[in-house]
Amino acid sequence: MKAWPALISGILFGLGLTLSGMSDPAKVLGFLNVTGAWVPDLIFVMGGAVVVTLALTPWVMRREAPLLASAFSLPGQQLLDRRLVGGAMLFGIGWGLSGYCPGPALVSLLYGYESTLVFCLAMFVGMTLEGRLSRALAGSESAN
Amino acid sequence: MNNYLLPLTGGIILGLSAIWLLLTLGRVAGISGIAWGSIAGPDRGWRWLFLIGLLLGGLMTHSLLGQPVPSESTAPLWLIAFSGLLVGIGTRMGSGCTSGHGVCGLGRRSPRSMAATLTFMTLGVVTVFMMQNLIRGGA
Repeated sequence: MKAWPALISGILFGLGLTLSGMSDPAKVLGFLNVTGAWVPDLIFVMGGAVVVTLALTPWVMRREAPLLASAFSLPGQQLLDRRLVGGAMLFGIGWGLSGYCPGPALVSLLYGYESTLVFCLAMFVGMTLEGRLSRALAGSESAN
Repeated sequence: MNNYLLPLTGGIILGLSAIWLLLTLGRVAGISGIAWGSIAGPDRGWRWLFLIGLLLGGLMTHSLLGQPVPSESTAPLWLIAFSGLLVGIGTRMGSGCTSGHGVCGLGRRSPRSMAATLTFMTLGVVTVFMMQNLIRGGA
């Protein structure tokens, strides 16, 4: 598979995150602070992004295959399950505690701040631990 | 008015990035998945290129376009570390983050992504509310 288009996509993504203000945790927390001094910026970020993907995804998916790969690699699962909702809950709590989600945190490594480095390292530790944690939870459930 | 021009432009660029990756490589531009796959996955090459591009894009914004660099979070480091840990566990367990579920998944009209996006948005709002009103307000 050719990989170079991923570089272009990454550059656009980095541009979008930093131009829009998503790499500023204070703005993200301001957006989530709906009962306080609400900062509406991120509505425009999410809105702009989703309007584009809503409009153009069906056009792309009319193709039998992507331009430079043999097939689309999309998640096949359709059903909602506890892992999806539980994971999204933990992610939402983590996001609300710092104002960082994975993309903004990674692009913020550029700024050389101690806190973004700590966040990213902790995120990778969490990703590594997740498998074990989920297996332990599944194990305790079947034991009950 | 002008205040919303940059967020909107940035958002449109994010959407175009996701469409470009889907059109060329047939992949989802989900950052948590790409980050995890870059160290654990079978196809690491394109993921590394994406992440290098991500940093290059940020560099362009701040050096070429002259956008000011945001200031560092004022949260204590232990809280940042705990937050990162939860984000790491949660995005793997829930198969995605703001980009994979929020930008790409909503665009594909995926019911799982709609449920995930509603869930993490709600929990993010609730968490900020609790931090503002219960913890800081009580101190």
